[in-house]
Amino acid sequence: MLKVDNINVYYGAIHAIQGISFDVKEGEIVTLIGANGAGKSTILKTISGLLRSKTGQITFMDKDISAAMPHKLLPMGISHVPEGRRIFQRMTVEENLDMGGYIRNNKENAALVESVYERFPRLKERRRQIAGTLSGGEQQMLAIGRALMASPKLVMLDEPSMGLAPLLVNQIFDIIQELNKSGVTILLVEQNARMALRIAHRGYVLESGRISLADSAQNLLSDPNVQRAYLGGN
Amino acid sequence: MTLIYQLINGLQIGSIYALVALGYSMVYGIVRLINFAHGEIIMVGAYCVWFCMSRLALPALPAVAITVIVCAVLGVSIERIAYKPLRKSARISLLITAIGVSFLLQNLAQLIFTANPRMFTNLFTGSIAIGTQEISAATVATIGVSVVLMIALSVLVNKTRIGKAMRAVSEDADAAQLMGINVNSVISFTFAIGSALAAIAAVLYCCSYSQISPTMGSMLGLKAFVAAVLGGIGSIPGAMTGGLCIGIAESLTKGYISSQLSDAVVFGILIVVLLIKPTGIFGRGDHQKV
Ligand SMILES: Nc1ncnc2c1ncn2[C@@H]1O[C@H](COP(=O)(O)OP(=O)(O)OP(=O)(O)O)[C@@H](O)[C@H]1O
Ligand SMILES: [Mg+2]
Repeated sequence: MLKVDNINVYYGAIHAIQGISFDVKEGEIVTLIGANGAGKSTILKTISGLLRSKTGQITFMDKDISAAMPHKLLPMGISHVPEGRRIFQRMTVEENLDMGGYIRNNKENAALVESVYERFPRLKERRRQIAGTLSGGEQQMLAIGRALMASPKLVMLDEPSMGLAPLLVNQIFDIIQELNKSGVTILLVEQNARMALRIAHRGYVLESGRISLADSAQNLLSDPNVQRAYLGGN
Repeated sequence: MTLIYQLINGLQIGSIYALVALGYSMVYGIVRLINFAHGEIIMVGAYCVWFCMSRLALPALPAVAITVIVCAVLGVSIERIAYKPLRKSARISLLITAIGVSFLLQNLAQLIFTANPRMFTNLFTGSIAIGTQEISAATVATIGVSVVLMIALSVLVNKTRIGKAMRAVSEDADAAQLMGINVNSVISFTFAIGSALAAIAAVLYCCSYSQISPTMGSMLGLKAFVAAVLGGIGSIPGAMTGGLCIGIAESLTKGYISSQLSDAVVFGILIVVLLIKPTGIFGRGDHQKV
């Protein structure tokens, strides 16, 4: 479904992504794990068109999206929940959801907002609240809910567990799994490698801009090197 | 009675400042640029409506409509041609470009229309008596039109799809793009609205102060900019409030202290605001995010 082929991304002189290739198949949960600064967010931003690769190609459902404008990707079915949630702090919860459904018309939106509220009753209670005053967990729910407003085929999540209490982390991961079961393909970037590998089908390990390991999630979980570096050893 | 009279006159010039200040503030909110060419849009608007009416002998309404369209197109073109290529460069390059565009427009106007002022005939004749003083119909019309426009703008920004997209882009342009919002269109739309408001402000201004000259936009623009800063640049209610405050301060100074001091008071207010609350009345002070 998504194919990333030999991308190289630079920030000025910094060579952040050094020849990375990977793919995500329809219906999968694929996770990218790696330490701080490995380049995980950079990869997602490149897929979204916020950054450009100097080489290679990115294709989505057999269409070349390497040069697509960022706002063209959501209509194609790719939704990106960026690192740090990036909800619109000064807008209300419902306005944030409306923005998520910007590419649809109002009638479709109303139905979708209801389905998001069904999934996240907490958001419904707070529909008129200014989003910046939501708790961290609620903001993450809003960010995911907002991404679902466009009924995407592929959702890319950048560290959805960041800054959340363990109970909420579990809840967020349950939601991701449910989403996947309902047919949405997931590309998940996580620091919390253990949780990510538990729900993922496959995983890639990223080290300073390169992929060092690619395997099924199960194999990665039991790999001694991965355990030492990313799972806190045992 | 004199006080009421002065207040009404303050509201009149204040509404014009407010309409112009909205352009500064909306553009700043979206692209973080003090658009120094905005004052010149007023000047172009003034010449345009004058040209349509005295040279082409068009009736008032079509003349105003043409002026609004010309200014909106001019505002959008300035952004596309001069600012857009610099969107990723240092702020200072953008600022200098804006000043350059402003000089360019001023000098073009001087070349085409010469430096001799043109006279504009007021669209609103007659006056209303308040006690011993007279309030001109132009004053009443200016306040009325401005109030209607400000209400319309508030509805646009708060209730409509494009208005919400404007707020989203102003808060986080990257996140807005991820929502499928075309940031370039939203920026163009913002410049169009800001310039259209400046066009209306130009027409209203000309009705009360009939002289049109190539440099008329500088002072008016500068005062409106002070109004935008006073209200909190980037804030729409701030621009409205700031404009009215500056207008009233100016009018009271003229009425009770001295006409010569009114400009000094306006810029004095700017200095005080910058010293005491640089983010202005409605400012949030969170514009420095990376
Ligand atoms: N805007 C930028 N300018 C310069 N360098 C950057 C920029 N953004 C990221 N980098 C660098 O690129 C590299 C990869 O950054 P990236 O944000 O992709 O890492 P990450 O894997 O997402 O890390 P984290 O887990 O901390 O979010 C880092 O070395 C980082 O310092
Ligand atoms: Mg990151």
